[in-house]
Amino acid sequence: MANSNIQKTVIKLSVLSIVMFAFAIYVLPPIYDVFCEVTGLNGKGQTEAVTDKESPRVIDESRTIRVTFIATNNENMPWDFKPNDAVMYVHPGEVVDTSFYAKNTTDRPMVSRAIPSFVPSTSAAHFNKVQCFCFDNQPLEAGEEANMFLQFWVDPDLPKSIKDITASYTIFDITDASQDEQVSQR
Amino acid sequence: MLRRAKPLFHRLLSSALVLALCSQSAVAEEAKRWGVNLTQGVTPVSQEIYGLHMLIFWICVVIGVAVFGVMIYSIIAHRKTSDREPAQFHEHLGLEIAWTLVPFLILIGMAFPATKALIKIYDTEEQVDLDIVVTGYQWKWKYEYLGKDVSFFSNLHPEHNEARQLDSGIDVKTIPNYLLETDTHLVLPIKKKVRFLITANDVLHAWFVPALGVKKDAIPGFVNESWAYIEEPGIYRGQCAELCGKDHGFMPIVVKAVEQAEFDQWIGAQQEQARKIAELASQTFTFDELYAEGEAVYNRVCAACHGPTGEGVPGAFPAIKGSPVATGPIMDHLSLVANGVSGTAMQAFGEQLTPVEMAAVITFQRNSWGNNMGDSIQPVDVVQAAQ
Amino acid sequence: MAHGPAKGLGRWLFTTNHKDIGTMYLWFSFAMFILGGFFAMVIRAELFQPGMQIVEPEFFNQMTTMHGLVMVFGAIMPAFVGLANWMIPLMIGAPDMALPRMNNWSFWILPFAFLMLASTFFMEGGAPNFGWTFYAPLSTTYAPDTVTFFIFGVHIMGVSSIMGSINIIATVLNMRAPGMTLMKMPLFVWTWLITAFLLVAVMPVLAGAVTMMLMDIHFGTSFFDAAGGGDPVLFQHIFWFFGHPEVYIIILPGFGVVSAVIPAFSRKPLFGYSSMVYATAAIAFLSFIVWAHHMFTVGMPLAGELYFMYATMLIAVPTGVKVFNWITTMWRGSMTFETPMLFSIAFVILFTMGGFTGLMMSIAPSDIQYHDTYFIVAHFHYTMVAGAIFSLAAGVYYWLPKWTGRMYNEAMGKAQFWIAFIGFNLTFFPQHFVGLAGMPRRIPDYATQFADFNMLSSIGAFTFGLSQLLFLYNIISTIVAGKKVEVDKPWDGAEGLEWSVASPAPYHTFSTPPEVK
Repeated sequence: MANSNIQKTVIKLSVLSIVMFAFAIYVLPPIYDVFCEVTGLNGKGQTEAVTDKESPRVIDESRTIRVTFIATNNENMPWDFKPNDAVMYVHPGEVVDTSFYAKNTTDRPMVSRAIPSFVPSTSAAHFNKVQCFCFDNQPLEAGEEANMFLQFWVDPDLPKSIKDITASYTIFDITDASQDEQVSQR
Repeated sequence: MLRRAKPLFHRLLSSALVLALCSQSAVAEEAKRWGVNLTQGVTPVSQEIYGLHMLIFWICVVIGVAVFGVMIYSIIAHRKTSDREPAQFHEHLGLEIAWTLVPFLILIGMAFPATKALIKIYDTEEQVDLDIVVTGYQWKWKYEYLGKDVSFFSNLHPEHNEARQLDSGIDVKTIPNYLLETDTHLVLPIKKKVRFLITANDVLHAWFVPALGVKKDAIPGFVNESWAYIEEPGIYRGQCAELCGKDHGFMPIVVKAVEQAEFDQWIGAQQEQARKIAELASQTFTFDELYAEGEAVYNRVCAACHGPTGEGVPGAFPAIKGSPVATGPIMDHLSLVANGVSGTAMQAFGEQLTPVEMAAVITFQRNSWGNNMGDSIQPVDVVQAAQ
Repeated sequence: MAHGPAKGLGRWLFTTNHKDIGTMYLWFSFAMFILGGFFAMVIRAELFQPGMQIVEPEFFNQMTTMHGLVMVFGAIMPAFVGLANWMIPLMIGAPDMALPRMNNWSFWILPFAFLMLASTFFMEGGAPNFGWTFYAPLSTTYAPDTVTFFIFGVHIMGVSSIMGSINIIATVLNMRAPGMTLMKMPLFVWTWLITAFLLVAVMPVLAGAVTMMLMDIHFGTSFFDAAGGGDPVLFQHIFWFFGHPEVYIIILPGFGVVSAVIPAFSRKPLFGYSSMVYATAAIAFLSFIVWAHHMFTVGMPLAGELYFMYATMLIAVPTGVKVFNWITTMWRGSMTFETPMLFSIAFVILFTMGGFTGLMMSIAPSDIQYHDTYFIVAHFHYTMVAGAIFSLAAGVYYWLPKWTGRMYNEAMGKAQFWIAFIGFNLTFFPQHFVGLAGMPRRIPDYATQFADFNMLSSIGAFTFGLSQLLFLYNIISTIVAGKKVEVDKPWDGAEGLEWSVASPAPYHTFSTPPEVK
């Protein structure tokens, strides 16, 4: 009698531990991503083009937001990388175009990926990107240069206390990783 | 070992005497000499943090004295004696409710000033006067004055770097501000809201200057913000506060706060210097000039990993002495130093070194420790290769 | 049916007896304690004075990392599992653990985990050097190749812990003697039951974290790599989701030991038994919802900081209840101060001081200044050394007569206590000061203004280390030549079923369950 009870306890606990393991690997990371995207917890913002929100027809001209762009090269990324407009003044709701300049200074083709990050992090959820070079991998041939396009609008429901948004893009060298990907796709 | 501890015992003894015999102000002075408390700092935020820290500290002291007082009284008064039987009570609902509720109320009292301070730290209302992009590297900091075209790296001061080597034979107590001095200082204006945009190039770091009340993690790919309104001119020192590898303990931060006018002058001088560096890059240098400059650059930038004699660390950092790179084609050598080696600790130094420094250090590496190539490279070649 | 232990090595390899397994856990953890202590001595020797004298910074990082890993996973946790194995069946009147064969397994895989971990010292790249919290990307992209061995080591000890915990829960829930209701169980059993639930819930999360590291390193995923769309901060969230319950896993069984020792030497029942049980459960619950207070400087939004600050402050309430209960237990008792009692009183005082600094750190704005400085180091050594290690010492001295049938040398025990107490405070009290003055943790060399306190700290650490050798000597000499205990209950105030069996406890106990009134 006691034995069958022990078995039941063991089975329940084993299931619990397996569930927790699966929770850590399969549930926590996606929840974290969604949570971050909605609340701007890590300041990363959306990773795909806004589709669910229409650009508002009303532009709130009473407010002007200073948007500062910064470019960072991660680790051994030797490219030249800088914003073409370091500072922009925009009204909430206004659709704005800008771009970043990039040049592959090496003598081999490379692939980069840009990762956005916003300060203050709460502004990330209100920075709506229509088009962004950060959505895709950016390959450049040896010595090639390019202007990488970004189109965005700042949501009029941006909290009143925020007057400054800093948008940072960090480029990573993912040449090796993207080659692996192509190989595995073939 | 005991002999080395002798000065310590002297100081302990003198402090004990001060504590025992002298006035309160002397005690405060002695405590300051030993460094026993948080700095009050020089920004409104750091001072608010200090006030909060002291408030919570004194609340803890009062509770501690009460609790330990009761306990010590009990230890003394309720020892086993032959004439007294132990009481046998073991519950009291009123007491249990009281010591659940009272601490809870005290905590609510603490939460108010804490919340107020936190909201102040997170203020985004006030206009920012100056933005500094702070980037953590293994193992140095890069500062960029946003919109001012001024940007530079800040390393542990070479003299300190030499002294901190294992068995350097240098008495570190003779070096002022040991391990808290850098080759370049972060110069900031006082009475301005300066915002730090903090990120990292490789692993996590944390930018920590106690007097400014700023500590923020630097995370590769992400930007964090923090700000300071420095009220007094002076030099404020800090360190990296997040384990970032081998030389985590050797990447200090030095902030020099000056009046606005002096700051403007300094920024002007920096911009002028950048122009000069660009000009110098078009000049031609002799082999000896390059070699001498290269040795200085090597000791400052390369020696931390590759060692002072170019022998590296087997298994971790390759040797330069006799290496195929330093004894191979010179343009390949330049390309490797400028672009780094992806997936290793070898950084891309193209941005970190001026063309003159780059040409000098390449020349030095190819002609030192038995590397005997006899060739050299000019800054102008470095500039051309980068285009 | 009652037969004694098998002869020779086979007894230990194949044993399913809870007392044998408990003994092996205790000796194993002591060996790890000595090893981790040796690492600490290297650290303190290097920090004895400013400048680098003994080791390279790279090796120093390996020392701090291995010290943390070995102490947490090799010394403290197995030591409490050893106590649980020995005492839980005795305390609840069970003949053995519920799953004796699994018990054997959960012990015997443990040495291999640590063999694997320690073998990295002899490999190219060296031992783990990224801190016991192994934050990505230092522990992934930038780690030495030996990190894979570290990951498998963590997996094995995780499996061991989970199996051990399942066993404990199954035993407590199913094997109690008739009449031993849940609310009659000794508090040590209660704290272990709750600890075991915490372990089953969070050890898999740790396993998940290291598995994700493994995949990032070898299989091209990017959980923690920003380049591939991941986030290094996610690692910290997952780690501390495990890590905060983990620190209570380390301390809760210690609460249980102290709750047995203090009433015994006060000759008075434990005050507020049921509130102790509820407080333990409350602490365990809170431990799941406060993890990000380890991350106040990673750049969370204001709302996040406020939430984690308030939740963390709440922990002070149940912890306070426990401390008040212990003191009230002592109140108007009839106290004597044998070694276990000394360690328990020191536990209450020093753990409470660790609690005060913990409360200070829960205040998010102040934590900006405290975070990653020696103030933190001082805080968690007050809770882990004075908390876990002191309570373990109290437990070992308290139950040693029951285990061996011999009495330890009281004078030596008291001497060991005082040397340990003074050594401990000399080591860690000055670390509060250097921490407040701004000395970061995990640095191999420091600015000269921190020199005096660090020298004091090192002297204290050597003293504390020495006292542990005395502890070892006392235990061995007790086993070999201690004075025989003639009675079942050498402590006149002790309560509980474990004292109703002979001393030393026979190989098999409670083959017929005792009746609990």
